Amino acid sequence: MIKLVGLQKTLGGQPVLRGLDLTIPAGRLTTVIGKSGSGKSVLLKHMIGLMHPDRGEVWIDGTDIARLKGPALNEVRKRFAMLFQSAALFDSFTVFENVAFPLREKLHLKGGEVTRRVEEKLEQVGLAGMGHKFPAELSGGMKKRAGLARALVMDPEIVLFDEPTTGLDPLLAKSIHDLIVATQKKFGFTAVMVSHEIPEVFAISDWVAMLLNGKIVTMAPAAEFVRTTDEEIQEFITAGGTISLDGVMAKTRERS
Amino acid sequence: MPWIAKIGRVTLHYIEEMGRMLLFLLSSFAWLVRPPVRVYQMIKQLHFIGYKSTFVVVLTAVFTGMVLGLQGYYTLRKFGSEAVLGSAVALSIIRELGPVLAALMVTARAGSAMTAEIGIMRITEQIDALETMAINPLQYLIAPKLVASLIGVPLLVALFDVVGIYGGYLVGVNLLGGNAGAYWSSIESAVEWKDVYGGIWKSVSFGLLISWICCYKGFYTRQSAEGLGTATTEAVVLSSVMVLVWDYFLTSVLL
Repeated sequence: MIKLVGLQKTLGGQPVLRGLDLTIPAGRLTTVIGKSGSGKSVLLKHMIGLMHPDRGEVWIDGTDIARLKGPALNEVRKRFAMLFQSAALFDSFTVFENVAFPLREKLHLKGGEVTRRVEEKLEQVGLAGMGHKFPAELSGGMKKRAGLARALVMDPEIVLFDEPTTGLDPLLAKSIHDLIVATQKKFGFTAVMVSHEIPEVFAISDWVAMLLNGKIVTMAPAAEFVRTTDEEIQEFITAGGTISLDGVMAKTRERS
Repeated sequence: MPWIAKIGRVTLHYIEEMGRMLLFLLSSFAWLVRPPVRVYQMIKQLHFIGYKSTFVVVLTAVFTGMVLGLQGYYTLRKFGSEAVLGSAVALSIIRELGPVLAALMVTARAGSAMTAEIGIMRITEQIDALETMAINPLQYLIAPKLVASLIGVPLLVALFDVVGIYGGYLVGVNLLGGNAGAYWSSIESAVEWKDVYGGIWKSVSFGLLISWICCYKGFYTRQSAEGLGTATTEAVVLSSVMVLVWDYFLTSVLL
């Protein structure tokens, strides 16, 4: 379980997180939604220790990583994986080498075992036979898939998704969402996603939390979240009228 | 008095920056001695910083030696001292020009590439990705470059010295008709081990300066293409200037 307590962070003189509290249930897919620039990615980076809070605590199953550094932080990070917005593939490595990288570096696996596990993951994300390509030769969707394969290859307990479908067309976005849901269900890891994709996130998430003015204003199961009466949240999730509340609820029903 | 506040702010900024640079270097060395030792990364960087700089260093060395031979021959002939041309060329190259020019060439060729490579990795979140995999970027990316520079730059300087001295020989003896025996014997009698050691110390410290500054600038690149351009320019300019400044201080100590 991930528990954030009283998280405060100021960047460039601008307060981004203002005493944020959030508990992420284990083994579920929780999505954090919020306006652009509201600090969703900053929040995610605090969970894995890429950023340290000015104040507050970041508990990962009984360990506060807010002040951890060096090898102690790396020990906690071994349980994590993260899919970045840009996929963050190593551009001097092929897709195969990218996915094999954590296996070779952390598990010190060699030869056939690496090949077997990498090919298995590439097949799961629909990239079988693409291992020899370099990231620059891949489309946006394929990069995300390769990033997902690299994130999942170590069988992590917690996976963080930073806007995994940004910049993709609706069909590709749906395929990435489906892939995330399918792998989360199959492996049962704790998933935290930040996303703008409304109403789609209601169809794929177990829990939805909204970040507003540096705090989590609402967190609820997806089906309950859409019934909130808070005007500001309603305005956000119905995108100022371009998506109807019925549409959001239909998506949620689709999931259940 | 706003100008006093401004001076204070700027001073504090530079003190903070220097402190951050020092911590960056110390942390990189601390990660260097922690397992796993990244031997493959070090060899790869040594190939890039050392071997791939060979051509440009040889080219610079041969022309530097040749121009020293040419200038030295005509100057010394005025005093009837052409016989000491070898020592003039060798001492200039071993003590000063070898370490400084090789360091400037490495900065231009490998230093700029280091900043750009690390900067792009920063902008595209590849460094963050390394951290999320519990791999320390200082250990994986920076420490091998520091080690490779510490080994590679002195070797390049040694190569520069030899090629430069032969460049002086080519012009002073082969083209202008100076005495070959006098050229080599004047080198043998004038060059002391102290001169060679001085050159090695300089090249080691230049190697460290270049990789330290260039890696630091890349690692803390601002998140934009413009930021990367600025970081690369700053890295090359600062490394080059620091090589010249540090050269003066080392020379004044070593002489």
